[in-house]
Amino acid sequence: MQATELIEKLPYSYPFLYVDDLEEIGEEGITGHYTFPESAFYYQGHFKNNPVTPGVILAECMAQIGVVCLGINLLQKGKEVEEPEEEKELQIAMSNVDVDFFLPVFPGERVTVTSKKEYFRFNKLKCNVKMRNEEGKLVCKGEISGMIVEDE
Amino acid sequence: METNEIIYCLKKIVKPYVQNDLAFQDFNIKTDFTRDLEINSAHLVDIVLDVEDEFNIAIDNQAMENMMTVGDAVKIIKKKQVNHDR
Repeated sequence: MQATELIEKLPYSYPFLYVDDLEEIGEEGITGHYTFPESAFYYQGHFKNNPVTPGVILAECMAQIGVVCLGINLLQKGKEVEEPEEEKELQIAMSNVDVDFFLPVFPGERVTVTSKKEYFRFNKLKCNVKMRNEEGKLVCKGEISGMIVEDE
Repeated sequence: METNEIIYCLKKIVKPYVQNDLAFQDFNIKTDFTRDLEINSAHLVDIVLDVEDEFNIAIDNQAMENMMTVGDAVKIIKKKQVNHDR
C-alpha cells in the first residue's frame, strides 16, 4: 500500500495525528516520520516556560506509526484480492505500552519511528518500536501492543 | 493428559493476567476468563499463545472464539492433542 493511502486510512486527525510520512512499509515492520510542531498545544503547559514533548505524546507517535500503520498494512495484505473499496469500520485499541525514554524531544524536532512485528494473531499486534531523533540517537524504545479489527 | 493436569497447567499460565484474585482462588472448569477473572481480550491472546507453546498445539480463530471458560480450553486442548497423537 502507498504511504499516502495508508495515512488516509488512519482514524486520527489534527490535533491528534502523529504521522507525517512513511518510508518503509512491510509485513515485518514499518518506518515513518513525524515533526512535532512548535505550535503544538501541549508545549503551553509541558513544562511551564520550558517546552519539552511529553512522553505520552512520544508513545502515541510510536503507536500510531509502529502499530496502527503497520496493522492497517497487515490487514490489507491479509485480503486475498484487492477488494472494491467498501469503507469498513476500523476498530483499534491500545492494549499495552512499555516504553523507556532516553532523550528529550524539543519543539520542531523530526523523529523517525521504526517498528518490528513480534506477532499479529487473533487481532492483536505486538511490536518492538524505537524512536530516533535527527542525529540518529535513540529517544525511546519499547513494546507496544494493540487490538486491530476491521468490521465486516 | 488428564483434565486435572490440564487445569493445573492452565492455572499457571493464566495467573499473571488475572485481575480478580478472589475468582482465581476458585479456579475450576466453569471459570470464565473475561467475566470471572476479568482478563482483557489482549491478554487472552497472550494466554492462547502460551497454551500453544505449553501443549505444543495450534489454536485457530474458531477455537479461540469458543474459548470462554476453563472448561472450553480443556476441551480444545484435549481435542487438539488427540489430533496431534495420530
